[in-house]
Amino acid sequence: MTNIANPTMISDSQPHLQEPALKMEGVSIFYGSTPAIREVYLDIPAHQITAFIGPSGCGKSTVLRCFNRTNDLIPGAKVTGNVFFRGVNLYSKKVDPVEVRRRIGMVFQKPNPFPKSIYENIAFGARINGYQGDMDQLVENSLRRAAIWDEVKDKLKDSGLSLSGGQQQRLCIARAIAIQPEVILMDEPCSALDPISTLRIEELMQELKEQYTIVIVTHNMQQASRVSDKTAFFNAEATEQGGKLGFLVEYDDTVNIFTNPKQDFTRDYVSGRFG
Amino acid sequence: MSSNPYSAPQLPDAHSSDFQPALNKRYKLDRFFEFLTWIATFVGLLVLMMLLYDVISDGASRLSWQFISSFPSRRPAAAGLLSALVGSIWLLCVTAILSFPIGVGAGIFLEEFAPDNFFTQIIEINIGNLAAVPSIIYGLLGLQVFSRIMRPITGGPSVLTGGMTLALLILPIIIVATRESLRAVPNSLRQGGFAVGATRWQVIRNLILPQAIPGILTGTILALSRAVGETAPLITIGALTFIAFLPPLSLEGLQTDFTALPIQIYNWVSRPQPEFHTNAAAGIIVLMVVLLTMNTTAVLLRNKFQKGRI
Amino acid sequence: MNSHSSLARSQNAELWQPKRNLSKWSEQAVKYIFATFALISVATTLGIVFTLIFETFEFFQEVSIFRFLTETQWTPLFTNAKFGIWVLVSATLMTSFIAVFVALPVGLLAAICLSEYASPGLRRWLKPILEILAGVPSVVYGYFALLFVTPILQSFIPGLKTFNALSAGLVMGISILPLVASLSEDAIYAVPQSLRQGSYALGTTKRETITGVVLPAALSGIVASFVLSVSRAVGETMIVTVAAGANPTLTLDPRVPVQTMTAFIVQVSLGDAPATSLAFKTIFAVGMMLFLMTFILNVFSFWFVRRFQEKYE
Repeated sequence: MTNIANPTMISDSQPHLQEPALKMEGVSIFYGSTPAIREVYLDIPAHQITAFIGPSGCGKSTVLRCFNRTNDLIPGAKVTGNVFFRGVNLYSKKVDPVEVRRRIGMVFQKPNPFPKSIYENIAFGARINGYQGDMDQLVENSLRRAAIWDEVKDKLKDSGLSLSGGQQQRLCIARAIAIQPEVILMDEPCSALDPISTLRIEELMQELKEQYTIVIVTHNMQQASRVSDKTAFFNAEATEQGGKLGFLVEYDDTVNIFTNPKQDFTRDYVSGRFG
Repeated sequence: MSSNPYSAPQLPDAHSSDFQPALNKRYKLDRFFEFLTWIATFVGLLVLMMLLYDVISDGASRLSWQFISSFPSRRPAAAGLLSALVGSIWLLCVTAILSFPIGVGAGIFLEEFAPDNFFTQIIEINIGNLAAVPSIIYGLLGLQVFSRIMRPITGGPSVLTGGMTLALLILPIIIVATRESLRAVPNSLRQGGFAVGATRWQVIRNLILPQAIPGILTGTILALSRAVGETAPLITIGALTFIAFLPPLSLEGLQTDFTALPIQIYNWVSRPQPEFHTNAAAGIIVLMVVLLTMNTTAVLLRNKFQKGRI
Repeated sequence: MNSHSSLARSQNAELWQPKRNLSKWSEQAVKYIFATFALISVATTLGIVFTLIFETFEFFQEVSIFRFLTETQWTPLFTNAKFGIWVLVSATLMTSFIAVFVALPVGLLAAICLSEYASPGLRRWLKPILEILAGVPSVVYGYFALLFVTPILQSFIPGLKTFNALSAGLVMGISILPLVASLSEDAIYAVPQSLRQGSYALGTTKRETITGVVLPAALSGIVASFVLSVSRAVGETMIVTVAAGANPTLTLDPRVPVQTMTAFIVQVSLGDAPATSLAFKTIFAVGMMLFLMTFILNVFSFWFVRRFQEKYE
């Protein structure tokens, strides 16, 4: 790759609080020639939790996946418009999607620990991304920050799959923060968990937002109102081809979305009067 | 005894008498049908028993160290299968070395890398087609291309020619087994790998392959055991039936003429003297022991790692 | 400067030094090498087709296609050579027919038993046994046909010769039975349970559900397994070479020796005919015929599966 001069880029390591961590400008997503998401404009503030809510099939997860370019991995998926991460267009030709994923981590709906030891689950991502620091320290720190260290510190050699569902999901969060991302995307991280595990993860998110920007997709409106600072409400309309086209209805502080929404759609949805 | 397992009517009479279910007759047919399916299932078992019994009763007495360690001979009592056994081992090694990396690589490409386009579909249809091509046709290919055109490299109908022919023959089996094993690895694992910033190849090598390798190995061993039992393509490429030397244990060994267990067995079966038939039976026992060992390994490997349906 | 990213610098950037260029390079290398491996299968097909076409063309330079298709004798190794391919084709069809006559019904019934009647514990034993049966080399079946089955059949079938199509065909049927059983069972097993329940809810017995609902739903897979086993039978070599003989005769009598296409190829290969001789070109012409037969079967199977495959959610 050619040397790219750096003056236009933010080169200090302190995030600018006034600047959004992530920004979408007219993002549309297509599967083949079928549109799935229509023109989304969105600013995600740094060090806050932003929730995406909306009925199932409205494409919230699809939008989330634009932020770490995992849509690239789906054959036929195409993204138009611009997605900015701290001022840099993630879909520019010069940006390596692998590096994007190192910097913007992700936690999935179902816990998906690697079939390796707990230690290796954490160390894997760090190692392939050329981590130069002390690996043991990194593993411990990541597990501590994901609030699972005390439960696993004596069995780091055990398989990650031997843990319970809630522990597995926290292991996956530890795995995500081990590569020191700036943003963590969470795609319905609690939907496969019991209420107690869900609570632990919600508490964890509050601690993590000190250091990370978090975007969470959730089905659960109580969860959105409990944990998030900002909420984006998505909806979908039927298209003539028989598909569904998702779009952003309203985006505001969570308090406003749940108590004083501007759109009737949103009001109906958050109050449960929605089909 | 009545065919209907429910002897007394338990239900009140139906309102409509338009239906005459004739349950007795239907249950009778049901039993007959089930009986037929059991017979059919045990036909295979029965034949296998008879075959093993026949071979062992004919050949067991001929098995001895002399038989294993002697070269073929015009006198049945002095003949042995040393050159055939060593030839088969050579073939097995050459075939495995060629077919395993190529088959697994091609399977990985088709399952993980290939875009879903016209060319990929052509390759897929082509592989399905190759699996149905008779093995003797591969022999004709090996005869023309490996044994004749490439003679300066292969040395004619040599171990290398045989190994390459058998490798092509089992390549479709290994490719299909690789793809099925890769497909069985859940997608969430791939997504997790990508999400921590791994490249596609890193995901495959570090996360997917370790999960898929037992299935791939099972498929490969089964394919190799098929190669070990193949006779027709080897005869077609011009393998000899009478070899009284062993290939040198060097690269030159690849260019040496060879014979193999099934060829030796065929040679003995096709002679009129009953003494040679006894030799054939003893040879079959050796061949079957080799194959059963390979198959059992493959099945155990699969049972150990496979979850769910057998 | 670090070339890996045009993204803004990350926190602790000095701690992260991924070798992105190296991994990108190795990924590309791996991809192209593996793609080449996948192309080997295409090269194999092309190699087969061109080899057969080339040598068959040479053959027809010396022997007219008319003679090939109309003569009623097959004596290419004699001085008064005749090249009536139907002699070999008819022998192949006869042994294949006998084999298929055994393998299809027995294999399908066994498949039904395995997927619908046998308990999981029993299936755990039966399936590996079927696999062993499928793994027995054809030369072993040949031995079995010639030295075990034929003597038994001779005891009650008058006029049965030492080499005959009947014994070879029957044993060949046994040898392809596991293929039919295992592929059909896969197809039957793939029929969703809800379909069976739907049928039971109408008051049908188990047999009626199997024959009326399950088998039709699995039809495309079952037919595919049938077609594949027919092409196996057509291409089967060692059983017929050992047990059916080497007498090219145009006959429909299964009790006498015949010579199939595959057995002829083996006979010439074992002989010492020079590589440039007409006899050697003959085996490629016969091979071409064999390849065309299996190819047509395969195309039919492909078409049938596409046409009739049911897709269940």
